[in-house]
Amino acid sequence: MFGTGRYSGWRVVKEALTGHKGWGPAWRDPEPQAAYDYIIIGGGGHGLATAYYLAKEFRQARIAVLEKGYLGGGNVGRNTTIIRSNYLLDGNEPFYEFSLKLWEGLEQDFNFNAMVSQRGIINLIHTDAQRDAFTRRGNAMILNGADAELLDREQVRAMYPFLNFNNARFPIKGALMQRRGGTVRHDAVAWGYARGADSRGVDLIQNCEVTGIRTEHGRVTGVDTTRGFIGAKKVGVAVAGNSSRVMAHVGMRLPMESHVLQAFVSEGLKPLIDGVMTYGAGHFYVSQSDKGGLVFGGDIDGYNTYAQRGNMPVVEDVAEGGMSLIPMIGRARLLRTWGGIMDMSMDGSPIIDKTDIEGLYFNGGWCYGGFKATPASGWCFAHLLATDRPHETATAYRFDRFRKGLMIDEKGQGAQPNLH
Amino acid sequence: MIINHPILGPRDSQEFVYLGDAALIDRPDGLAEGALDTFHDYLYLRDNPAGLHRELWYHEQGDRSWLVVTRNTLTHEITQVELARDVARARGRSK
Repeated sequence: MFGTGRYSGWRVVKEALTGHKGWGPAWRDPEPQAAYDYIIIGGGGHGLATAYYLAKEFRQARIAVLEKGYLGGGNVGRNTTIIRSNYLLDGNEPFYEFSLKLWEGLEQDFNFNAMVSQRGIINLIHTDAQRDAFTRRGNAMILNGADAELLDREQVRAMYPFLNFNNARFPIKGALMQRRGGTVRHDAVAWGYARGADSRGVDLIQNCEVTGIRTEHGRVTGVDTTRGFIGAKKVGVAVAGNSSRVMAHVGMRLPMESHVLQAFVSEGLKPLIDGVMTYGAGHFYVSQSDKGGLVFGGDIDGYNTYAQRGNMPVVEDVAEGGMSLIPMIGRARLLRTWGGIMDMSMDGSPIIDKTDIEGLYFNGGWCYGGFKATPASGWCFAHLLATDRPHETATAYRFDRFRKGLMIDEKGQGAQPNLH
Repeated sequence: MIINHPILGPRDSQEFVYLGDAALIDRPDGLAEGALDTFHDYLYLRDNPAGLHRELWYHEQGDRSWLVVTRNTLTHEITQVELARDVARARGRSK
């Protein structure tokens, strides 16, 4: 491995005894070569994971990741770090369960501490109809090999006695629980994949924005960048909120809109919430970071935007959701808020597919659920790039599903991206 | 964001519901040749530009008018607000 070698407990002891002189940079900062076999546009979680699995699992070489800013500077560093596989539909659940299984072995696999913490996620139930819906969802999860449990009101109370159980309008009646869900140290995911990819020969090229995609006779030949032209046999695009802008280089219009999702962190508090919970009567979800801050969020702002900041109405809406569920949260002060740009697709589900241009592949439309998908997204995109066939868990994530009426619409909202 | 309603003056964007790209005004002819393709593009594909964006807002908690708002998606600055009715008529729609 480059620079630092393998990380281990033994290594920490050894370095401690030798003055920490053996630690080097975790990855190189190479100049771009003239051409590669594979270029991945986007050095975020999904792009880095794709490069990592291309090199490690699919034994490919001559791979570069092009990043316009710095590695992990986009949504992989801006999310609320939740992992789970509690989806209902057949097109989704096997994929997200594959992802959760990859999370479970990830740290050993890429030799980096990503603080994967399977602390359990609960989706609260407030009505009988919601219990029916969550029972059905839990059964769908179990049928696809995931774990799910239905908790009654007293079981929830034993876990979180401070919730607003007696809310007259939205009483808590139970919860759907996935014990294998949890949180991950999000930046470490990008760093772990970056280090793992780099050590297998992948060139991670930062400050390198793609300004054009060159094609010849319907085949991709390379990309123009702020650091010059770079040739490529295959180009994979994994740029989340900027998907429409990058694909516009080849004149493609995508079934998606870019929206901002805000997230919030409170000041550090003593241990309070040891798992992840979502409010079933409003859009609010919360977990507590290892530093003690409550990490929470709610709805997207709801209008097209590329500005990585949102507006006050949604801040107020999220705060109201929090107050309604956990009245004492009102005593906590907000430390910071931020926004990330979501590639909201027309049915709320992602796309991992070829395009009409030979050698050009697309990965996007993750809406605001991209973080949990990172390992499987990388694996399935690498599978598609290397073999030209979709991975068995990602066969439904096609561009033509809208034309064929095969939408994967978990919420049943139709072609209205700001409602997914 | 404040939307400067052409009739009511400056209103908070909270009073409005957002639909999307103003191109949705141009609903294709369902009986024309190739309607399947044009409806697919109309319903599912978007330009999604970074910069000026003409978009439909509905004043649900106000006078229930549809507006075409020209807004910069990089800065949230609103530069023009028109009644969608006027925009549609200017494009040759009768209703």
